[in-house]
Amino acid sequence: MEYAEILHRCFRCGYCKLPGSFLDLNCPSYLNFRFETFSPGGRLWLLRGWLDGEIQTSPRLAEILYSCATCGNCVEHCVFDKFKDNLVKAFIAGREELVDQGLVPPLVRDTLKSMQIYGNPYKLPEADRGNWAHGLGLEPYTGQEYLFLAGCVGAYDERGQKMARAAAGLLKAWGVDFGILGPDEHCDGSEARDLGEKGLFQSLVERNIRQFQNLKARKIITLSPHAYHTFKADYPAFGGTFEVYHYSQILAKLARKAPLKPLSTPRRVAFHDPCYLGRYQKEYQAPRKLLSAIPGLQLIELERSRVDALCCGGGGGNFFTEILGRGSDSPARVRVQEAAAAGAEILAVACPNCAKMLDDAAKTEGLEETLRVMDLAQIAGLRI
Amino acid sequence: MKDICAELSKIVGPQYVSNHPEECYLYARDPGTMEPRRPDWVVMPNSTEEVRHIVLLANREGIPIVPMGGGLVLSGLTRALKGGILVDMKRMNRILEVNEGSRYALVEAGASQGMLQAYLKKHHPKLKHSIPDAPPIATLAGNILIHGSGHLSHAAGFHSDMLNGLEAVLPTGEIVRVGSCSASPYWFGRAPLPDLAGLFLGWFGTTGIVTKLAVKLFPTRAVNDVEMFVVEDPELVPDILQRLADLQMAEDLTAWMAPKPDWARGFQHVNVNYGADSREELGWKQKLIRASLQKYRDEKVGGFMPIPPPMKKGLLEAPQTALTRFADVKKGGGFEYVGGIMPIACFPQAYRKGIEVAENHGTTYSTGARIIGVGHCMMFYFSYPFNRADAADVKNAQEALEETNRVVLELGGIPWKAEAPAQKMILQRMDPNTVDLMNRLRAVLDPKGIMNPGNWEAD
Repeated sequence: MEYAEILHRCFRCGYCKLPGSFLDLNCPSYLNFRFETFSPGGRLWLLRGWLDGEIQTSPRLAEILYSCATCGNCVEHCVFDKFKDNLVKAFIAGREELVDQGLVPPLVRDTLKSMQIYGNPYKLPEADRGNWAHGLGLEPYTGQEYLFLAGCVGAYDERGQKMARAAAGLLKAWGVDFGILGPDEHCDGSEARDLGEKGLFQSLVERNIRQFQNLKARKIITLSPHAYHTFKADYPAFGGTFEVYHYSQILAKLARKAPLKPLSTPRRVAFHDPCYLGRYQKEYQAPRKLLSAIPGLQLIELERSRVDALCCGGGGGNFFTEILGRGSDSPARVRVQEAAAAGAEILAVACPNCAKMLDDAAKTEGLEETLRVMDLAQIAGLRI
Repeated sequence: MKDICAELSKIVGPQYVSNHPEECYLYARDPGTMEPRRPDWVVMPNSTEEVRHIVLLANREGIPIVPMGGGLVLSGLTRALKGGILVDMKRMNRILEVNEGSRYALVEAGASQGMLQAYLKKHHPKLKHSIPDAPPIATLAGNILIHGSGHLSHAAGFHSDMLNGLEAVLPTGEIVRVGSCSASPYWFGRAPLPDLAGLFLGWFGTTGIVTKLAVKLFPTRAVNDVEMFVVEDPELVPDILQRLADLQMAEDLTAWMAPKPDWARGFQHVNVNYGADSREELGWKQKLIRASLQKYRDEKVGGFMPIPPPMKKGLLEAPQTALTRFADVKKGGGFEYVGGIMPIACFPQAYRKGIEVAENHGTTYSTGARIIGVGHCMMFYFSYPFNRADAADVKNAQEALEETNRVVLELGGIPWKAEAPAQKMILQRMDPNTVDLMNRLRAVLDPKGIMNPGNWEAD
């Protein structure tokens, strides 16, 4: 297994479970399950026991390995600088072993199978991929300055579609020269990577690179921070080097000159940092710059923000497998409660996974009347 | 025997009970060198009442029961030596009350050091508690119940001295409160009542499960600093420590000795952490601290070392992450240590013996001391890193630990949070009537012998 050489170096000190302030539990899977086995250190020790033959492959082991949201809180807060960068990579390597053995949990298996067969995790036809853009009058990509990619969640999920429409609509309204691929867009592969299907990930990456290169696309705008990260971090190793932007970065650049409408009534808005935009790519400013430019919007900070942000629990494939969606300690439910306690009226998101997870959580917690989960483009483009 | 898993599930909910091999494997181990001991079940209660029902079940069925906090003791005290139910207390992590006027915090037994620190910073910034150098996920209860120490121990003693009272579930299922809370709505202290807290302090979970406790809080200071005095001769250190203690100026008074970095080898470093409410006051304190050791500066046998800013930042951290990083010295994820509680006068011998033990075992080391109270005693630590992936190295560290325990006892000290073999060494030296009293007390409290069995037991 890759990264096996770091497993024994974890002391299980537990800094990985916490934010930098130590305020509360910040590892989504540990927060949700509370057994030491579901903490990053516990997972590393189990992997070692598994490789040493002291632990057998089991549904429980698979659940533990797949409960990691790959949010990177452990990487951020681990005190062992010499190997901490590889913590999440080691968890994914463990998943790769399970994939190789054909022993992944049923929901993971189904998600991967759907990605293999349908090209998306939703078991929906590829022909439907462009439906999200109906009626917006968006141009197909034919060499415009930017290529806008909605990603699987933006293309197929109802909540994601709303977000894709808001983001692309606002980019268009603000005069950004871009085109879309519609039904010809393909999965970026980040979920396949996180779920441990290396071969599928590689084939998706190579297919996308070929397509982008054939289209002579150089600049990409992504809706999803997951895609943003994988295009920047993973694609270059396969020969795909592009100028990649998250849509919040483009909107933030244009915000000063944009025709931003004042909010009808002043609103307190908290921004929920998506893990792959924040901790992975260190982009904390652009979303805040955009929100701060909106007249009548009071931007407040959650106690756990930026490097300390609590993940919504939808990363690492959990958006599809829902391993972290159970009970009152599910990270999304804890997160919306945190936002409500901070006095936020709107929880701003910049990731379709976060939008869906937190929206659902707000409903479950009975907060839909007092806390709206809205993406940046919706907030910037609408009169609330 | 009934289906214990089902019984436990009824008490805490099925998602908080496990007898899966994965949980049994992990909870069998702590980060130290003690051999794994598997529990049969792991359970995570969320209230005192749930703890009570778990204890009643264990009592009825005669099943061993092992309470666990952060699981970071390193001496294997939360391993299920005789199997049974391991009770992970960390779901009970609420901060129940902070009384600013009487300066105490009431917390559940699973509340972590870091969580209370953050809570106080946010809601009561004028107050703080004494935080140990254990990682911040370590629990307050765990550290207090083993007589831990920390960043205010020079000012206020062992963390067990900072305990105002507690709530516990006895091995027979009764819920008791000791301290002022037993007769008052306030948790202000243990006096003037018979001090029943002693039935739970230092017993390693063999007398009951503590579910709540109140801890003393202290004023925070607006500005903080640290001085580092360096000498080569360990014989001078007791007097240096006593001079600094006489000032009663420091919050934390510690010493450290290590072969690395190279500039530190062979020297004794005494750190004086202190705070003040203004820069001016801080300056006065610095002058007094420096003046107290003028004799050694005049004799040119010691001096204050300029501390580079990054190093100072680390020394002002609470807890100090550098101490945790010691686990990666051998790229092996482990270190083990003996904390010998002993008189400050033992410092030179302890230092020399520590190096001797390290040399005997061909390992590197880190030693040092934290002064407890105004020079009343010290916790002298002997720390040895090991490579968890190398069984021989783990064994070597374990043997170094055993030898160090003997050294500590020979010096007149007592190993702190002693692992089971060291507990036996202590019991062998203990007054037989004291051992008998311990056994009688335990027999009364725990007639079926279900509480963390294997601890505080002579052969």
